Amino acid sequence: MYGLGIVKGMYTTLMHLVRPPFTRQYPEEPVPISQRFRGYDFAWVEERCTGCATCAKACPHGVIDIITESLGDNRYAVERFDIDIGLCMVCGLCVEACPYDALFMGIGFELSSDRRWDLVVHKEDIANRGKFSAYYRTPLKEKIADREEITEIYNPSTGQNTPHA
Amino acid sequence: MVAQDSAIKTQPIVINMGPQHPSTHGVFRLRLVLDGETVIDVEPVFGYLHRSKEKLEEERTYLQTLPITDRMDYLSSMTNNLGCSMAIEKLANIPVPERAQYLRVIMAELTRISSHCFAQGMQLQEMGAWATPLMYFIREREKIIDLFEMVSGARLTFNYIRPGGVSQDIPPEFIPACYKFIDEMPGYIDEYEQLLVQNEILRSRTMGVGVLPRDLAINSGASGPVLRASGINWDLRKQDPYLVYDRFDFDVPVGQHGDTYDRFMVRMYEMRESVKIVRQALDQLPPGPVTANLPIVIIPPPGDAYAHIETARGTLGFYMVSDGGANPWRFHVRAPSLINLTALREMIIGHKVADTVVIFGSIDIVLGEVDR
Repeated sequence: MYGLGIVKGMYTTLMHLVRPPFTRQYPEEPVPISQRFRGYDFAWVEERCTGCATCAKACPHGVIDIITESLGDNRYAVERFDIDIGLCMVCGLCVEACPYDALFMGIGFELSSDRRWDLVVHKEDIANRGKFSAYYRTPLKEKIADREEITEIYNPSTGQNTPHA
Repeated sequence: MVAQDSAIKTQPIVINMGPQHPSTHGVFRLRLVLDGETVIDVEPVFGYLHRSKEKLEEERTYLQTLPITDRMDYLSSMTNNLGCSMAIEKLANIPVPERAQYLRVIMAELTRISSHCFAQGMQLQEMGAWATPLMYFIREREKIIDLFEMVSGARLTFNYIRPGGVSQDIPPEFIPACYKFIDEMPGYIDEYEQLLVQNEILRSRTMGVGVLPRDLAINSGASGPVLRASGINWDLRKQDPYLVYDRFDFDVPVGQHGDTYDRFMVRMYEMRESVKIVRQALDQLPPGPVTANLPIVIIPPPGDAYAHIETARGTLGFYMVSDGGANPWRFHVRAPSLINLTALREMIIGHKVADTVVIFGSIDIVLGEVDR
C-alpha cells in the first residue's frame, strides 16, 4: 500500500512521546564530563618544574614560551611560562611529555575572553590553582619522592575542589 | 541534452552552487551548466579549505603529526590517527602490543558507526527530511563520542592512537559502557530502518538516481561504500587484513545497482557489521601493555612506507618518506573523499538540480579531507 512506509515512520516518531528526553538543558543542568577531559584550563606546579622545556619542544604549534634563569648548580628558575591558548589545539602532548609531572590540562572548558591577548596565560595564572586542576596525563614510570598524591580536583566551572575518584 | 520536444530553444546557463551553500558539507563549489532544470555539465571546484596539512606535517616530528591528522577527516579522527600511526610503525619497524591492536579495532569500528550515523543524517537532511532524522542519528553519535571522551579525553580530535599502540589504557568503566552501547545499537538501527527505509518519498528520491556503473567505479578509483554499492566486493579489512581483522567474523555488504539508495543501504548494513566486530573484539580483548616503549622523538631509518586502511569513506593511505631525520621528508595522504569526488560528474549529468544535492550527499565527503 502506498504511504505505509510514511505511516510507519510517523509511528516511530510518535513513540517518542512516551520516552524520556535524551537532551540536557546545558547551562542550567551540568553536563558530566570525563576525568580524562582535556580542556584549556592549564595548571602548572612551580615547585616541580625544572624549566627543561620538554613541553615546549613537544608542542606541535610551539605555543609554550619558557624563559629560565640559571641559579647555578644546574638549577634554573622559570622566569616566564606563557601558553597561548588561542593557538593551542588541546592535543595533550605537552602534558604527556613532562617528565616531572608539573603540567596538567584541566577539565574546564567554559573559558572565553574579549581580547586576543587575554588568551595568553602567564605563569601567575596557571600556578597555584588551589589544588591541581587537571587529570590528563600518562602514569609515571617511576614514583617521584616527596610528591604528594592528588586527592582533589579543582573544577573551574564551580570554583570548588571535588574529590578525585 | 537540449530538450527535444520543446519548440522554444533554451540557452544553457551556468549556476554556481556554493562555496557557501548550506548543502555542500563545508566550503565546496559546484559549477553547474543547466538546461532548464536538467544538469548538462558539472565541474567541482574545491580548495577553499586548503590548509597545507601535508607541508605542515613535514615540519613536525612523527609524534607531532598525529594531532594534525585529526583535523583532516574530522568525522573519523580515530581512523586518521590509525593510518598515520601504521605508516610510522612500518617506517620505523615498531611492534604493536596485541591489546593495543584490539583497542584500535574497537575505536576504528566505533568511528565507522559514528561517521555513518552522521553521513546518513546529513543525506536525509539534503533530501528534505529536515532535522528530525538527523536528530535520531546524532543521538547515537553522541553516545559514541561519550565513549571516546572517556577513553581519550576529547570529543572530536582524539589524538588517541599513537605509533606503537595507543596513548593510554582504557578506563575500567569503558568496557561495561561499550557493551551497553553495542547491545542497544542494533535496536536503534532497526528504528532507523522503520523510520526511513520503506518511506516512499525516500525511495523515489534515491532509487535510480546517481547511478555509478561498475566499470566507472573501478576506473575512477572510488573506494568504500561508493565502490561497494556498485557491486564490487572490495574491502581492505577482508582483502588486505591489517591489525587483527582476520580474527573476526563479519560480512561486507555489497550493493547491486550503484544508485544513491544502494549507497544509503550499504552504510546502514555496515553499521550492523561494525557492531558485530566491536562485540567480538571486546570479547577477545587480551590483557597486557598498550604501548611500545618509545622515545618522545622517533627517528626512523631512511626509506619509505605506505600504509592503507579502510575508513568509513574508503581507502585512506599514508605515504611517508624518511631521510633519517626526526621529521618526514615527504608526507602524502591518499584521501578517499577526494578520489570518490572524481566520479561525481558522471553521476550528476542528466539529473535535475534537486537531485544534485542528493547525489553529492551520497558520496559522503568531508571537506577537511578533500582539501587538506
